[in-house]
Amino acid sequence: MSGAGIHGFGAYVPVTRLQRSAIHAFNGWFAGGLKGLAKGEKAVSGWDEDPITMAVEAARDLYADGARNADAVTLASTTHVFADRANAGVVKEALNLADTVMTMDAGGSQRCGTSSLIAALDAAAAGRTTLHLAAERTTPKPASEREMTAGDAAAAILVGPGPGLARLIAHHSVAMDFVDHFREAGEASDYDWEARWVRDEGFAKIAVPALKAALAKAGLDGGRVARLIVPVAVRGIPELLAKSAGIAPEAIADTLGAVIGHAGAAQPTLMLAHALETAKTGDILCLVGFGQGCDILLFEATGAGARPRLGVSGWLARRRESHNYGQYLFHRDLLSLEKGMRAEHDSKTALTALWRNRKAVMALVGGRCTRTGTIQFPKTDVSVNPNDHAIRTQEDYPLADVPARILTYTADALTFSPDPPSCYGNIEFEGGGRMMSEFTDIAPDALEVGTDLRMMFRIKSFDELRGFRRYFWKAAPAH
Amino acid sequence: MARGIRDKVAILGMGCAKFGERWDKDADSLMLEAYEEAIADAGIETSQIDAAWLGAAFDAVNIGPSGIPLAMALRLNDIGVTKVENYCASGTESFRGAVYAVASGAADIALAMGVEKLKDTGYGGLPVRTRGTTHDMIGVTGSAPGNFAQLASAYRARHGVGADDLKRAMAHVSVKSHANGAKNPKAHLRNTITEEQALNAPMIAAPLGLFDCCGVSDGAACAIVTTPEIAKSLGKTDIVTVKALQLATSNGWELQGSGWNGAYFHTTRIAAAKAYQEAGITDPRNQISLTEVHDCFSITELVTMEDLHISREGEAWRDVLDGMFDADGKIPCQIDGGLKCFGHPIGASGLRMIYENYLQLLGRAGDRQRAEQPVFALSHNLGGMPNQNVSSIAIVGMMGA
Repeated sequence: MSGAGIHGFGAYVPVTRLQRSAIHAFNGWFAGGLKGLAKGEKAVSGWDEDPITMAVEAARDLYADGARNADAVTLASTTHVFADRANAGVVKEALNLADTVMTMDAGGSQRCGTSSLIAALDAAAAGRTTLHLAAERTTPKPASEREMTAGDAAAAILVGPGPGLARLIAHHSVAMDFVDHFREAGEASDYDWEARWVRDEGFAKIAVPALKAALAKAGLDGGRVARLIVPVAVRGIPELLAKSAGIAPEAIADTLGAVIGHAGAAQPTLMLAHALETAKTGDILCLVGFGQGCDILLFEATGAGARPRLGVSGWLARRRESHNYGQYLFHRDLLSLEKGMRAEHDSKTALTALWRNRKAVMALVGGRCTRTGTIQFPKTDVSVNPNDHAIRTQEDYPLADVPARILTYTADALTFSPDPPSCYGNIEFEGGGRMMSEFTDIAPDALEVGTDLRMMFRIKSFDELRGFRRYFWKAAPAH
Repeated sequence: MARGIRDKVAILGMGCAKFGERWDKDADSLMLEAYEEAIADAGIETSQIDAAWLGAAFDAVNIGPSGIPLAMALRLNDIGVTKVENYCASGTESFRGAVYAVASGAADIALAMGVEKLKDTGYGGLPVRTRGTTHDMIGVTGSAPGNFAQLASAYRARHGVGADDLKRAMAHVSVKSHANGAKNPKAHLRNTITEEQALNAPMIAAPLGLFDCCGVSDGAACAIVTTPEIAKSLGKTDIVTVKALQLATSNGWELQGSGWNGAYFHTTRIAAAKAYQEAGITDPRNQISLTEVHDCFSITELVTMEDLHISREGEAWRDVLDGMFDADGKIPCQIDGGLKCFGHPIGASGLRMIYENYLQLLGRAGDRQRAEQPVFALSHNLGGMPNQNVSSIAIVGMMGA
């Protein structure tokens, strides 16, 4: 086997699609100029989602039911949750990957998604398989253009030795400190310079030459490119690049702006995953990453390889329309609401206990009694089986991917929840094992005994006093 | 099974503070209020009490740790005082401590006190609290209504009962308790309500509306127990004895195992069966005269009628609608208003139930006295939530019954 390629792909798009018209209905009096952008919808993650949880879903989408092979996990984002705690390491735990996996976070630029993909491809040439992840959850200023264009999403590409389903032909990079926008560490939103200048001096004079150089390096004529992936929210830029490089206008990939929005550093990976869904054998895919320079990657689809569980199109179909801009603002800490005294409950996490229980908490690993086969969560010293309380007989039994169903439920308006009512109940896993679980991505009136569920890795609670967040698994409707 | 303690322990005296929003009282004043009634009823001096138990559930937001708050409030005579906590079953737990002390012979006279000062939290309902370091990472704490509301979803699914039928039966439970509470001068809520009010109340945790939930109150209740022999020697003639006292605690089977359907209390069924055996009761539907059950929520009372083996499984909702548990029904339930209207100062509730049964047996219940003389009176005090709980049952009756 020689060279490197893409061996799998997956994506995640949050279920809630906020209508841009709802944003404009609220902000139009102030930012009337954004009326032209008040069309379509953007994917917005819930209060219990962040780049880590979204990346976990994208990775699970990629692996579907297959083996979770990876020597390394990288997570690219400009909105990482932790400045000092491996974000990719949290993802690795949630995916229940072996402790021998290397993890690394990439960030600092819109280009980090493509740059970490290039690093993964280079590692593949050396024989290593990398689970490349990218996720973004931005907090653009209300009434800004970015608020209209941004969206939340994550994507995953499995990069390894050999051609896989798309073989790497060539990659090319240039780095220049071209500051079209910036965001200092710790700041919530970006500061943007004039779009015309970014187009004329940035895309035209940095991206176009890089694209031409990459094609030349690969010995390819622009006309060969079947899919030009330009993850840029500004209209006309993909067309500019295509025209300059002799690429057919039909080859320009859908930016997904109308249905998801621009997911920052995750957008190149997301669009690549989308393009791979329909790529035909022999198709040349050209991926552009722009930000303080430019990355260009050229792939050739082989027609082989694994399919994701849902892929971008599958997640797009799992959709709930929202006109609730206020809820979006609150869930992004852009609107302060009175939460009541019940929200004062201290969510301090004992890091010692988290470490001891990391398999149960982070990966939803339960126990299976090797004597009776009884499955339970969590794993305990003494079996829950009333006919055989066997001691220390349990082996690890991962439940995160086991289908479950609702046994009991409620929609609780009393308990504090950022998204009331708080829905939870007892659930039962197929094959055994029960737990009380919070429900997520579910409408309160859709709760029924017997409803099929699928577990999802989510934020359980925020410790606002100490700047920490708890993760755990919640049950979402399976369909 | 153990031989049990039937008729080994007599109730010498009982007392109960007025339950409600006692803005002007600290917990020690509430305890004194209950104690003054009990000690007068018992006809003894404080110095005659050998040991005491204190039940309180939310000690962190009211009395603080240990048995010291009780010892100080009553200036007990340097005796051993133990604080017990078993969720909302803490009241019966304190009774259990005192009763067992007397039954064992370790104490001649023992005191059980239950108290809760809940109206210092700044908000309605029970305080939000931790359920342990590990649970907080993997469990769902939820609210009490949220936890108990789930009974309704499972009950409907298990027994094929329509949402409207069940909601109407739940409303009947609450309408009945309000009617009873209205006659009780010590009750927190003394207003009557209509079925329409119950059905149309704001939703707290679906399908539980406001009137499906009990009040959260300040209060205290107290029992002084001794042996029947000592009671006689102190001049008592009408002696109420403990017929059975049983407790069952979830070991995780309902939550983590398989087989429980979510529509009943596994522990209550176990505790009830043991209690009937201990008391020599073979036909509870026809032998139990009245019940005080843990009606934290209307649905809890409803399914508990089945778990106590009084109603057949899946049919309690019909018995409720038939008026079987009304004050003038076959087996009145919450003739004092129950948790629903007497109020629910957590640690005091189990003792309040026994207090009412004691009054009813002695014919001292005033306007709410059951017409027909009761024989066996049962109290059921539950702590926790349907999938993880402590269920305690106390049966009292006249000596010789």
